[in-house]
Amino acid sequence: MVRLDKPAEESAQSEAPALPVPGFRIDKRAADAIVWLLLLTMPFWLNWIGGYTQLGTRVVILALAAMSLNFLLGYTGVLSFGHAAYFGLGGYGVGLTLKYLVPNTLVGMGVGIVAAIVAAAIIGALIVRLRGIYFAMVTIAFGQVFYFIAYRWNNVTGGDDGLSGWHRLPINLGFTQIDILHNKLAFYYVVLFCFAVSVGIMALLLRSPFGRTLLAIRENERRARFLGIPVDRHIWLSWLISCTFCSLAGTLYALLNNFSDPHDLHWEQSGNFVIMAVLGGMRSFWGPLIGAGIFIVLEDYISSRTENWESFIGLFFVLVVLFFPRGVLGVIRRRTTQ
Amino acid sequence: MTQLILYNVFNGLIIGAFYALMALGLSLILNLSGVINFAHGGFLAVGGYLAFTLEPYIGFWGGLLLSPFLTAAIGLIIERLLIRRLYGRDPLYSLLLTFGLAFMFEDGTRFIWGPATLPFTVPDWLSSPLSGQFFFLTGYRLFMVLLVTATVIALFVILSRTRVGMRIRAGTLDLETVSVLGVNVRILRNINFGLGIYLAGLAGVLAAGMLGLQPTIGSDLIMPSFVAIIIGGLGSLPGTLLGGLLIGVASGVTSVFFPSASEAVIYVMMGLVLLVRPRGLLGEEGRF
Amino acid sequence: MTQPKSFPIGRRTVLKAAAAAGVAQVAAPFVISARAAETVKIGLNDPLTGTYALLGKNEQIGCQLAVEQINKKGGILGRKVELLVEDSTSADTGIAVQKAHKLIDRDKVNFLLGNVNSAMAIALGEVSNQAGILHIVTGGHTDSVTGTDCHWNVFRVCNTTRMETNSVSSTLFKKYGKKFYFITPDYAFGHTLQQGFEAALKANNGTETGASLTPLGSTDFSSYLIKAEASKPDVIIFLTAGQDSVNALKQAVQFGLNKKFGIAGAQQELEVLEGLPPEARIGTWVFEWYWRQPNVPHVKEFVAEIRKVNGGKVPTARHWFGYASTWTCALAANHTKSLNALKMAKFLQNFKLPPEVALMPNNPFYREGDNQLMPTLYVGHAQEKGKDDPEDLFVVDKEVKGVDAALPVAETGCKMKWPA
Repeated sequence: MVRLDKPAEESAQSEAPALPVPGFRIDKRAADAIVWLLLLTMPFWLNWIGGYTQLGTRVVILALAAMSLNFLLGYTGVLSFGHAAYFGLGGYGVGLTLKYLVPNTLVGMGVGIVAAIVAAAIIGALIVRLRGIYFAMVTIAFGQVFYFIAYRWNNVTGGDDGLSGWHRLPINLGFTQIDILHNKLAFYYVVLFCFAVSVGIMALLLRSPFGRTLLAIRENERRARFLGIPVDRHIWLSWLISCTFCSLAGTLYALLNNFSDPHDLHWEQSGNFVIMAVLGGMRSFWGPLIGAGIFIVLEDYISSRTENWESFIGLFFVLVVLFFPRGVLGVIRRRTTQ
Repeated sequence: MTQLILYNVFNGLIIGAFYALMALGLSLILNLSGVINFAHGGFLAVGGYLAFTLEPYIGFWGGLLLSPFLTAAIGLIIERLLIRRLYGRDPLYSLLLTFGLAFMFEDGTRFIWGPATLPFTVPDWLSSPLSGQFFFLTGYRLFMVLLVTATVIALFVILSRTRVGMRIRAGTLDLETVSVLGVNVRILRNINFGLGIYLAGLAGVLAAGMLGLQPTIGSDLIMPSFVAIIIGGLGSLPGTLLGGLLIGVASGVTSVFFPSASEAVIYVMMGLVLLVRPRGLLGEEGRF
Repeated sequence: MTQPKSFPIGRRTVLKAAAAAGVAQVAAPFVISARAAETVKIGLNDPLTGTYALLGKNEQIGCQLAVEQINKKGGILGRKVELLVEDSTSADTGIAVQKAHKLIDRDKVNFLLGNVNSAMAIALGEVSNQAGILHIVTGGHTDSVTGTDCHWNVFRVCNTTRMETNSVSSTLFKKYGKKFYFITPDYAFGHTLQQGFEAALKANNGTETGASLTPLGSTDFSSYLIKAEASKPDVIIFLTAGQDSVNALKQAVQFGLNKKFGIAGAQQELEVLEGLPPEARIGTWVFEWYWRQPNVPHVKEFVAEIRKVNGGKVPTARHWFGYASTWTCALAANHTKSLNALKMAKFLQNFKLPPEVALMPNNPFYREGDNQLMPTLYVGHAQEKGKDDPEDLFVVDKEVKGVDAALPVAETGCKMKWPA
């Protein structure tokens, strides 16, 4: 059985879900506060250092996707290489709803998420007994089924051209209306709100007995099984939670672009989520956020400088794997604990 | 109608043989080293491009002979420098590393040979149909099938008759024991990786003769190979071969009835196989 | 972590460098705003990687040549012109949209150009329309760009698919007959091309023996070709583009189908013909621009200029798209003496490109009502080898005026909404 291996020293430093950023024991709350402060003020300092609001929104959305993937990867120890499918399902759900059914952004998001939950529940049940590389390959392959549905079902999804001809609509809260269409800042904060709620729920889940059980499974599946834990059901639930938040990120991403893109379901997109999680540190709660930030900004920066940017991104992958397998936060944590 | 289906079964077998060639290389590496080589498509492209570059000097046949060896040499170097460091670690890392390599290969080929499609010519006598009736059976495709068959036979002979081959097979089953018995596992994995990449390079030259040579040629072909492996069952080379042929036929026949599902069908087929037999058609119980 | 002792870079140097970098970062916004007063910026959002990399690259070369010429002639409103290029990728529309925001929001470009990919062209049209800047679509052919998805600020240089089919269909009927089989790429570009031909078939009592929808990026066309062969048409119509075209034609010729049926299609590009082995350079097609036009003024100079920057190779239609788009921006601004998008868009209605930009007969112009350029289309056939130039792979048989090939504005589905 192929399992995620755990270097002895890492499990030795009890990196249990003492959330967030385990390791920074003293500065835990401070680190938390800094993260939130930076996120809340991002549109202001980002433009100042040469970014743009859209870039910040993209970072937060993809960070949510990477963090939800990491719920499964980092905290349950199961590698999915097909999360883009649920990301994309969310995107098409919101796009199709807004275009054909109900002109309401929130309803659209709901439809996208429900669609993804249903798909994830069924596929999860099929694959939950597989492990390791096999699990990864099968998730890729199932992801591709959805990719090809989006890609070839022209009449509904717009096929290769994607689903255009719709755009996000102002959110009506009854007492007030948030114009997320024209006001880029408003949209950023709506996205950040979704991010905060999702991340909060995931953090709470990880602290609960359920979350501890997931960690136990990650650390030693066989022992967990002997203890009478229904391992498969826990992994299935973790998969479902992970896919749900990933699909929320997908709906936001489609809203950001005013476009549902078949490419969002492609396995390359899944690969990007994984690299974000690993880059930031998949054993750290905030790791994927840092990873997403670095990845997106780097990609944005290099691709404007050279048309050979893919080589640099590829080289970056290689370097991360060879020299920072624990990710940025993993490295920092090791230094602070030494 | 029957004729149309029959044609497509035939034709599917031809295409399937090609998928199988690519998938066998992937499968070899996966079985012994536990590495999913995402860069396999990149190696395939390199094989095709090298043959194109060599063609003016040593002709098509020279290219076909030499280019896969050169590709394998590049593979050996990469294995020594990069992939070797990841053996025994979480498969996640080798997956990401080769994912990055795939990017670099695609961009590298574009950088060296340019983004334009290059015309790779095959000998005249190969590039015409053999008969008016079976017009889709060109000399080149027949040659391809024969070459794949010969290669597969050679591969199985190597694996079952030579010392290295037997060690590779033994290592696939139980690497630890093989290592305890005094076999140098590092070298074994190196050779095995080279063998897998050789097959990728060969597939690349063959693809270049059939398709246009473009930097993206590899990435378009890698997914069906994965599916072939899963359907056939991880750990089983005959399974991979069978999987490749099956998906070729399945997508060929589907294209008669329901063309827009001709790619998705192989994934659906994979889902069904997993449902009924999670280890794949010829996979061994309990390996994964 | 190993100590970097072997390197002569001390900690202080690193700190200094970091500080300098920080200052540069902080100063950057001011530098940009200072420069903005001096240069006029044109943003090109086109694929430089993936399937369409070559087409995007060629458009970029055309744009760069135009920018050089514009600057030599005094720039735009006396200011220097700067071309900012962003890689949209070939398939990821999310990236393309993001790059458009980057060009518009951060770099404050005055004009947006692009994209080769039709879906991206439509998505970019939405972005540029919301920002209210002049946008010229260089190479996305789907009809809706200047049809149902048209915008007052979005102009298009390349043809609609309908113009391409209309220009060639009568030639096909005469040359091959009235039974068509379609090999159609399964996306909007292919669909509209097929619809165009189907309309022509209907009007001329022709028949469609069948059609295969092939996904973009197909490598193997054999099953489609088997179907085509079984239906015994007069001519197999290949509507594929780019790499798909190379694969499809190469296989059709290997199967000997060119000896049984006619091979033809609508849009064809020099890039594709050059990628084919000589024996597969066959069939009747439409070119949107061709480098060999001995009787048209300025073409020779343009070809010579492009050869200098294109590794000795001749310009293709893609070079011309980039070139004409960029020049359109300069002409609109210099004529209206303003960078106001609305003024420029109004000015461009029925604006005729001057001969040194048009590089084709019949005075191409931007049609009022749908902002679509009405260029000349070149109907002709591919040839194996050029007589005196290896890149002369196409023979023009007939030149068709754009207005004659295009649907009237009322039938394009474009309802232009101008800002109040």
